[in-house]
Amino acid sequence: MFPFNFEWIWDMGHVVFMGGLWYALTILGIGMTYCIIKSVIDTCRGNDEHHH
Amino acid sequence: MDSALIPRGVKRCPFPQFILFIAIVGAVLLWGVYAMLLCWFKGLNQTNMNDYYGFALWIWADLAVIAVGGGAFFTGLLRYVFGKDDLKNIINYAVLIGFICYSSALLILAIDIGQPLRGWFIFWHANVHSMLTEVAFCLSCYFGVLTIEYIPLILENRQIDKVPFFHHLGHNMHEIMAVFAATGAFLSFFHQGSLGGVAGVLYGRPFAYREGLFIWPWTFFLFTWSAAACGPCFTILVTKITETVTRKKLVKDSAVELLAKISGWMILTYIIAKSVDTWYWATVTAPSQGFSLGFFYSNNSFYGIWILILEIAICGFVPAFILITKKGRKNSTALWIAVILAVTGVCLNRWVMVLQIMAVPVLTFENWVLYFPSWQEIATTILPVAYGIILIAISYRYLPVFPNEPELNPMETLPAEEAEQEEAVEPSGDLEQELKPAEA
Repeated sequence: MFPFNFEWIWDMGHVVFMGGLWYALTILGIGMTYCIIKSVIDTCRGNDEHHH
Repeated sequence: MDSALIPRGVKRCPFPQFILFIAIVGAVLLWGVYAMLLCWFKGLNQTNMNDYYGFALWIWADLAVIAVGGGAFFTGLLRYVFGKDDLKNIINYAVLIGFICYSSALLILAIDIGQPLRGWFIFWHANVHSMLTEVAFCLSCYFGVLTIEYIPLILENRQIDKVPFFHHLGHNMHEIMAVFAATGAFLSFFHQGSLGGVAGVLYGRPFAYREGLFIWPWTFFLFTWSAAACGPCFTILVTKITETVTRKKLVKDSAVELLAKISGWMILTYIIAKSVDTWYWATVTAPSQGFSLGFFYSNNSFYGIWILILEIAICGFVPAFILITKKGRKNSTALWIAVILAVTGVCLNRWVMVLQIMAVPVLTFENWVLYFPSWQEIATTILPVAYGIILIAISYRYLPVFPNEPELNPMETLPAEEAEQEEAVEPSGDLEQELKPAEA
């Protein structure tokens, strides 16, 4: 649910619940985006110094 | 046949034997899928749920797998955030077990809601006054975290790792895994807690109702605590079962003992808190609503005081005392007993908090109502177990789940394998040349 949906109400419940959901999804999204972009760059540069 | 996919330095059973095993477990899986389809196409009348039991076997199974799956978030927290490096040898398996538990929980919920095509309603038309909304949010997000933690393990497969992009992706995901692990711990804290909170806020059900801190009943904290305490025991239990089935040592004793020690202290502190909570509920909360302790454990054919003693004393204090002592942790039999009791204890706690709550009469004209699940409910509850066994078998065969396995189980190197290892240093690109001779 987003603030532009007709069901949205600007109260503490909506802000905390939905804010928490977006917060978690944003961290996961940014984290994965970072990994993918860095992997593309590493692949293009031919870096092969990883040992895990 | 599939030796090119098997991790280096480890031995696996012949491919036909593996396929036979998967087929046998797969038959059980298909039985569960059939029951699941019955529930979806014919509706929830396939179950024995009724007006008394809106929550039944599925919700118990859901809460139980989420509790025992707590080993993933707690082990991840210890490994990536608190820097317990010894746990690196068991973290992969903890993640895999957590992934299975949480995907199973979501599958069970998809069956339980009856209309899975409307599952997204809980996100789009969220009821922000419901603790179950928080559970759904955190559960889904945490499953995403577990998927992210599981992906690098998949990318370490011998053939996938040869693709440069996947190789880098796996490495880069490892690099920032602490961020994901911390997010997972945050999400787990809230959904484990909210599952307990659901029971604790039922003021119309004196067996469940608890007082608490601000908006959170004590059960909120007890559920999180018990999952963090007993989840690692489930990880150890499944590891021990896997070692028994494969007849190999897969994880170093130091990792198991560290996890067992931390788990033991967590269980001890949890069970003390649980005892205090039970004592306060029995002497203050329930009497204030007109009920005595004996009322909740009498006048029925199943729920006696034995269940309370079993949960707190036998499945709580006993495993805690075994695991906090060095002698107990180092003794294989005692360790087996402790982890089995701890896992039984947390599952029993979830049973009581889901099903005994429903059974206890709350109005003067009511009687105890006992419930037995239909075969469709049982089949769909066994379904995730079969799915878990298959996923573990596939992961164990093709992925380096146990980093210490080659070291703990040295193989006699055949000349062909030596050639292969040399080739691995300077890959020629010819896959066929890498194939080992038949058993490998």
